Amino acid sequence: MKSAVIVFPGSNCDRDLAVAFEAATGSKPEMIWHRDTDLPDDIDLIGVPGGFSYGDYLRSGAMAARSPVMQAVAKAADRGAFVLGICNGFQVLTESGLLPGALLRNAGGHFVCRDVALTVENAQSAFTSLYDAGEAITYPVAHHDGNYFADDATLDRLEGEGRVALRYAESVNGSARNIAGILNDAGNVLGMMPHPERVIEAAHGKTDGQRLFKGIVEGLLARA
Amino acid sequence: MKARIFVTLKGGVLDPQGRAIQHALSGLGFDGVNDVRAGKLIELDLADGTSDEDIDAMCRKLLANTVIENYRIEKVA
Repeated sequence: MKSAVIVFPGSNCDRDLAVAFEAATGSKPEMIWHRDTDLPDDIDLIGVPGGFSYGDYLRSGAMAARSPVMQAVAKAADRGAFVLGICNGFQVLTESGLLPGALLRNAGGHFVCRDVALTVENAQSAFTSLYDAGEAITYPVAHHDGNYFADDATLDRLEGEGRVALRYAESVNGSARNIAGILNDAGNVLGMMPHPERVIEAAHGKTDGQRLFKGIVEGLLARA
Repeated sequence: MKARIFVTLKGGVLDPQGRAIQHALSGLGFDGVNDVRAGKLIELDLADGTSDEDIDAMCRKLLANTVIENYRIEKVA
């Protein structure tokens, strides 16, 4: 199983995500620099990590979304590779059009950095299959621009198609319908603001994120 | 040739920055500020003959996120 983590200037969760991928897949992911134009043809899983790519210039994720490597990520996603975007990675995926909507400044204006209660809305997806539908879990968040926005028609479509993977179970950032994570149409791209890679080991205090990464690996193995 | 691109949040999109500015103005004693919306001004210095279509494409592809923002192009002689 081949995985990769994209690294932009200003990424700061890339190494944590690499540790999570390695723990789940059993092998080290390739770290892919934003200027690279190619990904391995047989790549199974791509992580777009959190951080402050390009210093959040223009809009969070805007510059990273137009960097050369994102065209390769879009091609790999088209081919069916799994793509997981966390925090800034979610912003990059919406800016690049791989996921609908946009992430606005938090409604309260504050940077929010704490554990938040979440509900697993869709436990059938390739990313969330090891959770129970409606299960309450806790992941940390750390973001300034996590307020998910999309027009009503898009929100209705996401809800109707089971593409809301995770929802906040408490008020966090003003997100439309409390959306914390969404899937693309084909179900192989997930973007989320909370950080599952920060809760995978006992030493982290919680291990709620472990099943996300294990679930991805099971999904990929089942498909092979 | 220069162009100014004004990028503003669409109506209905929450603007916490604008709201904070409004509060600050009111704190300075400026009453009667009903609403504040903050945007961006991007100035482009362009090669002569850059087409309107190209400037528009720059706005759509990068300078504005049309999911949440509007843009207006003002060409400066």
